[in-house]
Amino acid sequence: MLNAYLAIAFTPLLGALITGLGGHRLGKRWSHRLCIGAVAISFLVSAWVFVRFYFQGYEAEQFTVYTWGTVGNLTLQVGFLVDELTSLMMMVVTFVSLMVHIYTIGYMREDPGYSRFFAYIALFTFAMLMLVMANNFLQLFFGWEAVGLVSYLLIGFWYKRETAIRANLKAFLVNRVGDFGFLLGIAGVFYWFGSLDYLDVFGAVPELAATAPALQVTDNWQWPALTFICICLFIGAMGKSAQVPLHVWLPDSMEGPTPISALIHAATMVTAGVFMVARMSPIFEYSETALAFVLVIGSITALSMGLVGIVQQDIKRVVAYSTLSQLGYMVVALGVSAYSAAIFHLFTHAFFKALLFLGAGAVIIALHHEQDIRKMGGLRKALPITYFTFLIGTLALVGTPLFAGFYSKDAIIAAVGTYDGPAAALAEFCVLAGVFVTALYSFRLLFVVFHGKSRVEEETRAHLREPASVVWMPLVLLAIPSLMIGWWLTGPLLFGEFFGNAIKVLPAHDNLRELAGEYHGAMSFALHGLLTPVFWLMVAGLVVAWIFYSWRPAWPARVAAMLAWPHRLLINKYYADQFNQKVMADGSVGLGRRLWQFGDGKLIDGMVVHGLAGGVAWLAGTMRRLQTGYLYHYAFVMMGGLLLLLGWLLLR
Amino acid sequence: MIWLPILAGVLILAGPGERLPAWSRRIALLSSLVTLGLAVALIPAFRTDTHLLQLVERYNWVEQVNIQYFLGIDGISLPLILLTSLILPLVVIASWRSVSDRQAKYLATFAIMTGLMNGVFAAQDAILFYVFWEAMLIPMFLIIGIWGGPNRIYATLKFFLFTFFGSVFMLVALIYLGVQAQSFGIPAIQDLPLSMAAQKWIFVAFLLAFAVKIPMWPVHTWLPDAHVEAPTAGSVVLAALMLKMGGYGFLRFSLPITPDAANELTGLMIALSLIAIVYIGFVALAQQDMKKLIAYSSIAHMGFVTLGIFVVYQLATGQGDSALLGMQGAMVQMISHGLISAAMFLCVGVLYDRMHSRQIADYGGVVNSMPKFATLMMLFVMANAGLPGTSGFIGEFFVILSSFQASFWYALAAGMTLVLGAGYSLWLYKRVIFGPIANDRVAKLSDVNNLEMLVLGLLAIGVLGLGLYPQPLLNIMEPTLQHLIECGIQSKLDGGSLCQ
Repeated sequence: MLNAYLAIAFTPLLGALITGLGGHRLGKRWSHRLCIGAVAISFLVSAWVFVRFYFQGYEAEQFTVYTWGTVGNLTLQVGFLVDELTSLMMMVVTFVSLMVHIYTIGYMREDPGYSRFFAYIALFTFAMLMLVMANNFLQLFFGWEAVGLVSYLLIGFWYKRETAIRANLKAFLVNRVGDFGFLLGIAGVFYWFGSLDYLDVFGAVPELAATAPALQVTDNWQWPALTFICICLFIGAMGKSAQVPLHVWLPDSMEGPTPISALIHAATMVTAGVFMVARMSPIFEYSETALAFVLVIGSITALSMGLVGIVQQDIKRVVAYSTLSQLGYMVVALGVSAYSAAIFHLFTHAFFKALLFLGAGAVIIALHHEQDIRKMGGLRKALPITYFTFLIGTLALVGTPLFAGFYSKDAIIAAVGTYDGPAAALAEFCVLAGVFVTALYSFRLLFVVFHGKSRVEEETRAHLREPASVVWMPLVLLAIPSLMIGWWLTGPLLFGEFFGNAIKVLPAHDNLRELAGEYHGAMSFALHGLLTPVFWLMVAGLVVAWIFYSWRPAWPARVAAMLAWPHRLLINKYYADQFNQKVMADGSVGLGRRLWQFGDGKLIDGMVVHGLAGGVAWLAGTMRRLQTGYLYHYAFVMMGGLLLLLGWLLLR
Repeated sequence: MIWLPILAGVLILAGPGERLPAWSRRIALLSSLVTLGLAVALIPAFRTDTHLLQLVERYNWVEQVNIQYFLGIDGISLPLILLTSLILPLVVIASWRSVSDRQAKYLATFAIMTGLMNGVFAAQDAILFYVFWEAMLIPMFLIIGIWGGPNRIYATLKFFLFTFFGSVFMLVALIYLGVQAQSFGIPAIQDLPLSMAAQKWIFVAFLLAFAVKIPMWPVHTWLPDAHVEAPTAGSVVLAALMLKMGGYGFLRFSLPITPDAANELTGLMIALSLIAIVYIGFVALAQQDMKKLIAYSSIAHMGFVTLGIFVVYQLATGQGDSALLGMQGAMVQMISHGLISAAMFLCVGVLYDRMHSRQIADYGGVVNSMPKFATLMMLFVMANAGLPGTSGFIGEFFVILSSFQASFWYALAAGMTLVLGAGYSLWLYKRVIFGPIANDRVAKLSDVNNLEMLVLGLLAIGVLGLGLYPQPLLNIMEPTLQHLIECGIQSKLDGGSLCQ
């Protein structure tokens, strides 16, 4: 089996290396053949592994690839832990990656960086697989940073654009802030557990929870160890999964080419934080405080980011804010210990959000790289396949019964409903209001882009046509699971035993278990969904979107004028960017400059060094006629001092 | 390995010199490669199951006061000697075409300097060590003073005075110790029982020497000036090798000789290290000159070395292997920084050779004309920011894990480097490499030539190789460091350090 896992992880790396180093010699055709072939192998083997887990009740396994380093008794290894959770993630990563690879052939056709792009996305696939397959914190951190690196490279793929290279720097730095917390969390794990291996650590958690050690922050302030670890790790997740206030990088990451927005900034990398918390469920379960923290952050993100999505005018940014909001939903699920619901939403979201991004990309290429939705409209007729798949994605996103997104999102909302811990009311309000908001921005986008009168420029409109088959095929292939995947997987993944020991939930937190009793198959779940307030909130969102953006297109401007202040707040995205730029970025550089000019320049060099030198020079002033070079003066004085000191030491 | 490059240097000066530059270059390259070969040949000869000195050479030198020509290596010398011997051929190749002014003398100076440096790391007699240590200053002084930039006189003076100021106190301490121990052999000195008061004086004397060299805040201000004025290869040697002498000194002298004083002052040392990491991190952000930026980044990285070394005292026994982790972290950080800083300065050198400017503002969009260079530099910049998978990660990771054991606050402050390091490294990269072509001169840049490719490529392999598989290096160092922790740093006050 180890060979199979090695094949899954390393074939994409091999493809990336060959294409990356020899891309100009391979030419376009061989670049994409090689990378697609590698990822296809990876996908097929992953699918086989998943099938073994799903149908044959295969057991979790650990493998060591090699020993990275040993320090005393601490052994740091590169290895795999493959269980149900991992196998599911491997499926998602490799499938979406494969779709994106194929789509890229069409999307990047004209780009001079064609081979480079393929090398990057194959490398990303490798890094993401290393992240999900890790069996220890070191490798997790490696994968974690490696996906961040590739994301950095890809956001700045068009390196001549000032906006792109600003965005990638920002993305990397904001992620680094999260990683800072993450690393402290890992340091905490090492401190209290003495090991970085998942299984060692997870095994020791109950014991540690019983003794409840604490971190002495100051003399009369201490934090329980497990809460400290969990919150630090979660700060890492906040960076990667773009939770408020570390969300600022994700909308800007849309500067990268659209295929990577689908792959990295919707389906896989940004869900790494959610995956990580689910993976760490054996630790998080023992800290109520950390879970409450997770819940609050997730709730705020889910609602506030959805609201911003309503006022965006860039097709990709609307989808990006939608991603932020959906990530918030996943994090909410984590906060109420419904880990499997979070992972299931991650799973369905990967399909329909990748679909929406790729659909948006198809629109963008059809319009020759136009992204402003005010210059779209009425595209339904010209782009029927794109429209139809986009519609499926939208219906799945808003949670229409029977679509994949419905099952996962409804489960999250239901789990929040049964949860009665801290911040329950806030979470409940945010997820319910979020449903309305989601429907509003999603249908707004659909109506503005595909319905109504065409506002496309004359020149472009003339040769508007459906993109090539390599572009629309992945759309269709992603639309299928977006529509149907919930029918089969809802039972085992959400309410069944699929995850086994991979996810741990304490009986007291088991909010999904209560729901499982009421579950009688996917169809009745969907029918029941029609009767809940959630469904009607969604319909309300649809109706409002229709009134504003289809029936009375003049109204939104009037409403915006009436609600000037909140509207400005949303347009400016809560002023988070301005704050970061002015206070954090400029502040740091300004502080650096002041320390440099005042601390180094005036204080140390100015007063001490030059002061001393001046003093010595003054002392030596009388000897100036005897000696010629400055250096000898100083050396002379030093030697004198040296002799004195030496004498004093020896004669003392 | 000590005398071969020195002899080669003398040979170049005495023999072909400037009349036959081709021959000078060949001699320099050949001797450097043989030196490297010899250094590599040490690896199989080196036993990784003992902390004792190996491959010892010992002759009497000045018998009256028991000064010996005494060489030997252990787990902390060997990696540094390997690093030194690796950097020399790279420096020679890098200077192959880019230096035209008195090239033979230039190469000879470097060869001599490398030999002396190997001497520093192998010397096991205090006076011999001091001779190598001080002799080192002369070639560096000449390199900056002769081949340096416009403001070189100020920089050399500052460099020389700072380092000389530091090391005279070390000499006093060494003489005192030698007299007390009746021998200048370092092992004998290490076994010398000392009172607390004496230890404190000696510790401070050593501190002045090593802190200036490594350099620690606040005696770091000579380094940016020296780097800015030094020619490329000078900066490479300065950053990659000379700074390591400070860290080596702490491990070889300060800890084993004055463990109680080090224990007493560990709070101060840790505070200075953390200031170096955080304060200098901010300062690096504000730099406009590429070399200054990298110089400040070096100081911040060296903060991890001193942090890793001195945090050991605050770790209660029984905390597993965290003390060892800190020490290993410090050592790996030194080796890794040797590779990364060398690469970074060479990258600046590549640009400087073409544009004759170090100002970040003069660049922008270099990737358009130099894609290969941009790729390599990306790797080094990421390594500088401590990305896992590169060597730059290991040291920081180990030291942060280890310092967390001592105090959460240390780890918090040290961890800020994750953000600051990425900030200054990647912002530099963005401003220089990315973006539209800034001016006509950038447009006309030619990509790296084969020699530059060779040098940077080798360093890239080193950075990645160490990052992906540090185990061999850790193996070499472990017994020595383990011994240092078990015996070297234990108190001398209650009957002396008595485990050998």
